[in-house]
Amino acid sequence: MNTKKKIDLSVNFAGIKAPNPFWLASAPPTNTGYQIMKAFEAGWGGAVWKTLGVPTINVSSRYGSTNYRDTRMVGFSNIELITDRPLEDNLREMTEVKKHFPNHAVIASLMVDTRQEWEDIIKQVEDAGADGIELNFGCPHGMCERGMGSAVGQEPEVLKTIVEWVMEASHIPVITKLSPNISHITDPGLAAVQGKTDAISLINTIKSIVGIDLDSYAPYPVVDGKGTNGGYCGPAVKPIALNMLKDLMKHPEIKNTPISGIGGIENWRDVVEFILLGATSVQVCTAVMHYGFGIVRELESGLVNFMEDKGYTTIYDFAGKALPNVKEWKHLNLKSQVKAKINEDKCIGCELCYIACDDGAHQAIALTAEGGRIPTIIEDNCVGCNLCALVCPVEECITMESFGDGKEHETWNELTESDRIPNTWNDDRAGGKGHWVPEPIDALKAKRKDKSGWKK
Amino acid sequence: MAEYKRPKNEQEFKENFKQKKSLMNDTQAYIESSRCLFCYDAPCVNACPTGIDIPLFIKQIQTGNTKGAAKTIYDSNWMGNACGTVCPTEVLCEGSCVYNNQNVEPLHIGRLQNYATMSVIKSGKKLYSPGEENDKKVAIIGAGPAGIACACELRTFGYSVDIYEAKAKPSGLTVHGVAPYKISNEEVMAEMDYLQNQLGYNIIYNQAITSKEQIADLEANYSAIFIGVGLGATAQLTMTGENLKGVHGAVEFIEELRMAHSDIKIAKKVVVIGGGNTAMDAASGSARLGADEVILAYRGEKDDMGAYGFEYDFAISAGVHGLFNASPIEILGKNKVEGVRFIKTELANGKLTMITGSEFTIECDMVIKATGQAKQGSLLCQIDGLELDNLTRITVNPDTNQTTNPMYFAGGDAINGGAEVVNGAYDGKLAANGIHEWLTQH
Repeated sequence: MNTKKKIDLSVNFAGIKAPNPFWLASAPPTNTGYQIMKAFEAGWGGAVWKTLGVPTINVSSRYGSTNYRDTRMVGFSNIELITDRPLEDNLREMTEVKKHFPNHAVIASLMVDTRQEWEDIIKQVEDAGADGIELNFGCPHGMCERGMGSAVGQEPEVLKTIVEWVMEASHIPVITKLSPNISHITDPGLAAVQGKTDAISLINTIKSIVGIDLDSYAPYPVVDGKGTNGGYCGPAVKPIALNMLKDLMKHPEIKNTPISGIGGIENWRDVVEFILLGATSVQVCTAVMHYGFGIVRELESGLVNFMEDKGYTTIYDFAGKALPNVKEWKHLNLKSQVKAKINEDKCIGCELCYIACDDGAHQAIALTAEGGRIPTIIEDNCVGCNLCALVCPVEECITMESFGDGKEHETWNELTESDRIPNTWNDDRAGGKGHWVPEPIDALKAKRKDKSGWKK
Repeated sequence: MAEYKRPKNEQEFKENFKQKKSLMNDTQAYIESSRCLFCYDAPCVNACPTGIDIPLFIKQIQTGNTKGAAKTIYDSNWMGNACGTVCPTEVLCEGSCVYNNQNVEPLHIGRLQNYATMSVIKSGKKLYSPGEENDKKVAIIGAGPAGIACACELRTFGYSVDIYEAKAKPSGLTVHGVAPYKISNEEVMAEMDYLQNQLGYNIIYNQAITSKEQIADLEANYSAIFIGVGLGATAQLTMTGENLKGVHGAVEFIEELRMAHSDIKIAKKVVVIGGGNTAMDAASGSARLGADEVILAYRGEKDDMGAYGFEYDFAISAGVHGLFNASPIEILGKNKVEGVRFIKTELANGKLTMITGSEFTIECDMVIKATGQAKQGSLLCQIDGLELDNLTRITVNPDTNQTTNPMYFAGGDAINGGAEVVNGAYDGKLAANGIHEWLTQH
């Protein structure tokens, strides 16, 4: 007998229905009807068409990447603009896609200039069968020089006005896509809500230079010996996206607006994290550009497995579940203490934890006597920073163990309110007072040192 | 059928003796170098007899600074390229890689090392130039790994260096004494040329130093002398039939194999006597030359062989058959070898004992004795005040490699009784520093 609850991945995102929350972001993978049909066939639930507008002209080359060791495209930058294909070609293909996949979400990303253009193009994509509209206020390269894209996203007043124009003209749900190239994401977020947007998506790409070619002295991607800033995305930007998502979802006037999460999503864990911070659909681009549409199989399998393990039947059962646990620093418990523990059976003796702690943190790890290579934690000195556990290459070799009974609770906020925070230069209440550190001269006495040169 | 067909030409020879540690391409090096953890006080460095800063050169490869990687290697080891392939890395750097402790494949350090050094050798980019010339001359006897390393290091200090080499090629055992699947002659010579072109020492080939007169000459003309003569011919077993046609010493066999390649004619059935690494090379080489059957006969237990386990496995993979607890007592034959007579042995109270009445014969038409090399005692005895230990090894001060005759320094197999290329490279460099220190003070 199968006691498993039936899992339903379908979403209704601000009125846009889709069989699952896995959508393609507006980008090169959604440039044509061919690609989108192929993606739906592979299992994607929705797609935001590559931004439509007055077709542009693109340069060659267009993409650059940040690689980490042998891992390609940890970060990815592009200087490709919105569609360079005529609108009628895109719309004809859009209609055909909807004919074959009536239950999948097809969203038209739009970027135009004047109010008249907005009204014209909205009418045309509605007629073509689009399920929704996404407003591209994000691209930080090229289009912004012409007063569009992130030029709008960085001016909340302008953004609000355009959202109002669109809302007046549109008969289908509207998603406002935000640019992260701004100090406070809640400013454009609030402007979009005040303009009565149906939903928000974020983040668009981050203004970036991914690197400089050491021969031509030009930024990547190099176009005839020159380059320009691009828009950065890929796994490297996920932490920035999650934080901006959190900022919006914690804002009392924004939090009830559905948000589609974008930024470095590549596997099911990323998807779950975005949902836990309140996203109710996710959009993916770079991972598809790297591995193709097939990665959706891993997203779906992982998400379903997670939901089965936790007993959820829809993503709404756990959407936003991490939000109550995201606090301001001042509300964190200063009395909570963890300390590192090394599992000697797993330790391989690389001593990365030792040198990371000694050079980069709090001198709380000691090397063993001659012969042994398993370091030991100096518990009195361990501040529980996690660095050793983070650098350790062995799965679950260094763990952070809780200390004390966990009953004590005191926050910076409470200390401030009761006037107990350190407030003089040499205050006795300083957190690090009495914490042992080696004498400076001990640095020159170390018995084992970093090696260099010939061993005599 | 044998594992290998007889190679009829150079192409077939190369296929049979395919490089065991092949040269990495750029992609392999990039991916492999990514795996290095950059350990603190890295065990691989401690395991390297020359202390190469391995994590540093791997990181340099990873970041596209291949020339810097080669410099890191050569700064510690003048035989950097040869050691990448001929070193028993399985028991040195790679054997100590911390990944082994979680059963993760260790870094392919030897091949990465080779990648860096071969890149710089092929590019011809210079890493070193001679030091400012001083008026002192040093003679080196033997252009093996120790002699070459000593010469390179001395040149960086500015000494004039003449190397006297008995054979026609430099590098000693590297080109004459290790199996061809470990390194090709061309690769050895490329490194030799690369070093000599940069540092400019002289090598006088086909010039063995053997007589009292030659020694006196050297002493008169040079400020210091480095002895890097290695070991001699295969030692005699003093066994009946040892001088029959078809009986070869392993060292001589491998040298012929290295020089003659496919022109060497291997017999149909070969018996290799011995259990050391040279025996493995001789057996594996015989099999790869297309012998119908190769028997590796060792007098003791399999686990007691001197050879590294991976060397034995490599010989077995070439089709060699192991025969253990079989001690040779006589080589049979009238004019040429026809077989070997053995007696079985067993361990009794921890001692290897022959079993009375267990004699048996294995027919064969070739015997290779891999039973150790003779020492160069006849030369060494002619040098005044040169102390030898009871194994005929030259006694040296381990900090300087200076011998008991102060103007003589020594290194390599002549002081250790037979070890690896890397040990010779270390000794030569150490001795050069010792010579420099001594000549600066005197």
